[in-house]
Amino acid sequence: MKPVNAVITKVVDETPTIRTFFFDTSFELIPGQFVMVWIRGVDEIPMALPYENAITVQKVGPATSALFELGECDSIGIRGPFGNGFDITKGRILLVAGGVGAAPLAPLAEKAGSAGVEVTTLLGARTNDEILFRERFEAAGDVRIATDDGSEGKHGYVTQLIEDSKKYSQIYCCGPENMMKKVLDMVAPSKAQFSLHRYIKCGIGICGACCVDGLRVCKDGPVFSGEVLKKTEFGVYRRNECGERVRF
Amino acid sequence: MMLAATVTGLKLKNPMMLAAGIMGTTGGSLKRAAQAGAGAVVTKSIGIAPKAGHSNPSMVDVDCGYLNAMGLPNPSYKNFQEEIDKAKESEVPVIASIFGGSADEFSEIAGALCADAFELNVSCPHARGYGAEIGTDPKLVEEITHAVKSAVNAPVWVKLTPNVTDIKSIGLAAQRGGADAVVAINTVRGMAIDIESGYPILGNKFGGISGRAIKPVAIKCVYDLYEALDIPVIGVGGISDWKDAVEFIMAGARAVQIGSAVGENIDIFSDISSCMDAFLTEKEWTLDDIYGMAHEV
Repeated sequence: MKPVNAVITKVVDETPTIRTFFFDTSFELIPGQFVMVWIRGVDEIPMALPYENAITVQKVGPATSALFELGECDSIGIRGPFGNGFDITKGRILLVAGGVGAAPLAPLAEKAGSAGVEVTTLLGARTNDEILFRERFEAAGDVRIATDDGSEGKHGYVTQLIEDSKKYSQIYCCGPENMMKKVLDMVAPSKAQFSLHRYIKCGIGICGACCVDGLRVCKDGPVFSGEVLKKTEFGVYRRNECGERVRF
Repeated sequence: MMLAATVTGLKLKNPMMLAAGIMGTTGGSLKRAAQAGAGAVVTKSIGIAPKAGHSNPSMVDVDCGYLNAMGLPNPSYKNFQEEIDKAKESEVPVIASIFGGSADEFSEIAGALCADAFELNVSCPHARGYGAEIGTDPKLVEEITHAVKSAVNAPVWVKLTPNVTDIKSIGLAAQRGGADAVVAINTVRGMAIDIESGYPILGNKFGGISGRAIKPVAIKCVYDLYEALDIPVIGVGGISDWKDAVEFIMAGARAVQIGSAVGENIDIFSDISSCMDAFLTEKEWTLDDIYGMAHEV
């Protein structure tokens, strides 16, 4: 598909560095899938879908900065949704979110919560201003918070909130890779799913720029089971836009 | 065994290779294509220095095929031997695709890498100073091919651009330079424009078309090269199923490469192999029987 035109209808400041851009186009979405967002004349970048008609963006580089310049009535191009999304299970689930990694987990919490699944969320952020989608997770179940600076909840990393992981039928995780690697090392790999971030070019499984070992993050992922990731370079290195290895 | 083929001395269990630029940046992804049944794998094109490529969008589906302008992103040959070595664990031939701006650059890269064969990318349609800017000039193609042949002992293949008036003249230049085979074709120049805004969709504005749309173009190029050259032709361009692969071989391809179609089905290599095998059995033909068949009937 060519990019679909999406007109921005509303911009919400979620935190001092994170904004949600709602648009006039809805996508049928499995939580965890992503879209390629084209900021015309600038770049095209992969973004998680936190709603069926919005993207949630942290300002981190030239493309996201250009996106932050856009407002209501401006438009972007969207390709997708792409990728597999989370495999939603029954029972009692644990979500572990770090920073803007809460974006793909929020619709998962809502979908699971409304299906009668018991949802517990561990939400981590640098500081209390940066906690993302707290109300959405609270509406779906229990929430525990950790902040790096101790301004709210546990003073420390979100991984320090993990206890008794065996009581959950499935663990879903999205956040910085170092944090996800820690989670992988703490839980049963076969019962955990991780949403990965990599440099994506084509988005459709052809070019191979986003490969983790032989796995295409854009097509085979972005969600992988811990068991699969254990055998790869996950948590050790990523590749930059040239394909060079960059250690975490 | 019915599909076993020898191409420029390389023994292939089947003639279906992974094309350059497709899942070819990491040893792990090349290995995966081999495990999915590819008879050989060709790496992403590797250059002198690390290169980020063009800005995105760098590839889009344009209904009749795909349009791309990746811009030769690669980690440079200095960081690539370990990827080739990892791919080699799959025990199929690994062909290094390389590109440069001059004969010296090509031979520096080829001389430094250990691979089963080299494929010279003189055909990328959207990189200034590289690719097709070289591959449309027969003198340069001959000079570069000769330089690489002198630098390595492995077979050297030259991948040709269809964006020329007469592809045979470029194929003949490669042959004069000592090429062991030519590969045809690279992508066909193309462009797409976003009608909501007037922006060309690709970050590079224009690029190359691959996929179904270019198959008839590729078939004609392979057919012409088969007539004109003494060295083998390897066919590539829009193969989506086993019938396409048979068609290429009948046009005169010794082996074929598969690119865009891998996105939707990475098992396409084994799928094509089993269907081609069944087809040949039913027809009571061998691979040799259908090789260049369209020229004999």
